[in-house]
Formats: sequence, structure tokens, C-alpha cells
Amino acid sequence: MVFSKKPFEYLFVVLVAFFSLTSNANSTNTIEVTKKGNTVENNSEMKVLSKDEKKDEERKEFIQHHLLDSHDFHIFSYGKNAEHNVGFPLPVILWDNGLHVFSSSKFEHGEKVAEDGGNYYKISHHDGKIYKTDSNGKITENTKGKIQNEKPLDFSITKSFFMIFIVSVLMFLLFAGLGKSYKKNGSIAKGVGRFFEPIIIYIRDEIAIPNIGEAHYRKYMSFLLTIFFFIWFSNIFGLTPLGVNITGNLAITGALALMTYFITTFTAKKYYWKHIFWMPGVPVLMKFVLAPIELLGTIIKPFSLMIRLYANMLAGHVVLMSLIALMYKADSVVGSPLAFLLSFVLTLLEVLVALLQAYIFTMLAALYFGAASEEHHHEEAH
Amino acid sequence: MEIPRIVGAGLVVIGAGIGIGRIGGSAMDAIARQPEATGKIQTAMLIAAALIEGIGFAAIFAS
Repeated sequence: MVFSKKPFEYLFVVLVAFFSLTSNANSTNTIEVTKKGNTVENNSEMKVLSKDEKKDEERKEFIQHHLLDSHDFHIFSYGKNAEHNVGFPLPVILWDNGLHVFSSSKFEHGEKVAEDGGNYYKISHHDGKIYKTDSNGKITENTKGKIQNEKPLDFSITKSFFMIFIVSVLMFLLFAGLGKSYKKNGSIAKGVGRFFEPIIIYIRDEIAIPNIGEAHYRKYMSFLLTIFFFIWFSNIFGLTPLGVNITGNLAITGALALMTYFITTFTAKKYYWKHIFWMPGVPVLMKFVLAPIELLGTIIKPFSLMIRLYANMLAGHVVLMSLIALMYKADSVVGSPLAFLLSFVLTLLEVLVALLQAYIFTMLAALYFGAASEEHHHEEAH
Repeated sequence: MEIPRIVGAGLVVIGAGIGIGRIGGSAMDAIARQPEATGKIQTAMLIAAALIEGIGFAAIFAS
């Protein structure tokens, strides 16, 4: 395979861009078909809506559903009433006065009540989480729409969990293989290594060394590289037809930010703590004012890391899905192709955003590590 | 209490937009003046923009 020639890169970008488009369009189409089969049921419980309003509701519901994690890996459905589903169930692991392990196929895509060891469980349509119910699967809500049912501890292998696992295995195999291939080929990158080597060197020379410094950058490199490639791969997977939304999940970005926080805190040198509790070079009274602000700042920094990545990916998915829904809403010769073109261009932009967010996360993490491992005022640096 | 919250979030987003616009514009000026420092300016620009963007998102989620 030739990686240095340009056409391949273009082809790759176009491929990725079109991929997500087909998936999203396909799913939107599917859901409308699905919902058509359910209209009778909907009519009885919903207020009477006009046909357009109902379709709008369906699209909204579909987009919300896409953003949630789910207990089965559903790729697409086909058939007149979307009765054929392509995908596979994932294991459900619950702790509810004892371990309950069963396949999520028992839920039949959230339609049925699952029974295991004398307990009944159902997936709520609102938040996609498992609740304990009676044998009829009744989920009670209070006036504010908060679900009153008991919630078992859920350790299930969900879609996001599954995809994280896939990304981890992919990264491990890819980079372990690359590491070995250097030995074999006499320190020259081969194959995909030609694509990844410049990126790794860029992270080292342009992100780690300028921000952390020549003396300490080495011990942070493994984390920076891991986090960069994990976020990048996860974001790219989010644009494929699999319809996963790994980094658009607050828990996952929160975990990444927490790791950054711990590494910053535990590798911090004296100088870092001195800057927080007893800021040099300001009047004494000001030091007392600055200490709590600086202390709060150490928590706000990883918090903003978490929110930034989560919000960016979530917003990207919402806008993309909305534009594709617009394609169906416009339903005309002029409007639909226009929406298609717009969503295509936006998908290309999302490919860029996927890389940019990984870069920014890594960059800021390196910046915080740099502040933590600084030893004295850098008179000689930069 | 719904409307003041939403309007407040909107105001914050307008502020963030103006801020990021100014950062981008200033970076353009700087690059035009010193094209050889493009890389460094871009990095600083992205960091500053990302920090402001974080505040905008926080406002949206708080609303």
C-alpha cells in the first residue's frame, strides 16, 4: 500500500465522510418506517397531533435516541415495518441483591420485560436505563417526569463500553505491531507506520516538549499519545455507520479528565503547590485571596476539559442528525439535495473537528502537566 | 424561571462568539504581519479559543 501519494488521502477522507451519511440517512429512513407501524399505539396515548407534527416528534425522538447509550448493538433495520434488525445483543450485568447476567435480547429492543431470578426489569424509553419493575413492566413517573422505580446497579456491557473495548484492542494491536515493525525494518516505519509516525513525532515535538519541557516530557508521553489516539479513534468511530457516540458521553470524557487531574496532582512539584497556596510576587493580603481561587482552578481545569470534548462531539452529532432530518422534512426536489449537500460538507467538517478536539485535549493536558512539573522560573526557556 | 435562564445562556454564547471572533481576527492580523510564526500563533489561538468555548458550553448546559 502506498501512503505517500495524495489520492489515497483524499479517498480516505471522502470515504469516511460518506460513510456516516449513509448510516444516518438509513437510520432516519428506518425509524419513520418503524413508527408507521406504531401509529395506532401512539394515537391512544398522545395528544392528537397533525401528521407533520407527529413526524417532527419522531425525528426528535430518533435524534435523542441516537445520543444515548444502548444495551444492544443495533446497526439498521429493514422490511416493511422494520421487523428485520441487523445487529447483536450485548450482555446485561446487574447487581440487585445478587448478580444477574443475561442477554439483552430478552428486552427485545426495549419492548418487553425481562425476567431473571424472579426479578423483572425494563428499559425506560426516556433515558435508556434499566429499571426494576413488576411483571407487567410498569414504570411510574412523578409529576416532574422523574422515574420512581428502583434502579439496580448496572455493570452491563453497553454499546459505548463495547466500542471502547474495540478501540482499545485496535490501538493495542496497531501500536504494538508498529513498535515491533521498527525492530524488524531497521528503525524505518513501514505500512501504516508511515502515516502514524509523523503524528507521534508531532505530538512529541510540538505538544509535549514546548509545554512540558525537555527535562520531564518523557514520563508524560505515554499518556499524551494514548489519550490523543483514543479520542481521535473514538471520534472517527462516531462518524461511521455503527452509530456510536463514545466521546459524546459525559461519563467517558469525565474519566479522561479525571485521569488528567490525577496525573497533574500526583506528579506536581513543590513549585506548583507554592503557586497555588502562596503565590509569589503579590502582596500578602492578595495571597489569601488568590489561594482559594487557585485551588478551585485546579478542579475547573479538568472540568472544562470534560465539558469541552463532550459538548463538541454532542453538538456535532446533533447538528449532523438534524440536517439529515431536514432532508426528510423538506421533502422537495430543491430542499432535500440542499440539505444533503450541507450535511455532506458538515460531515467533512466533523472529520476535522474529530482531530481538532483530540489535539486540543492533548494540548491542554500537556499544558497542565507542564505547570505541574515546572521546577523554577523559566529564565532560559522558550 | 425558564426564560431568564435561556436568555442568560444566549448572552454568554454571544459573548463567547465575540471573544472567539476577536481571537481569530487578531491571529489573522498577527499571521499577516509575521507569516513565519504561523505555527506558534495558531497553537496559542486554538488554546485561547478552546478555553472560551468551554465557558460557552458550560453556559448552554447550565441553562
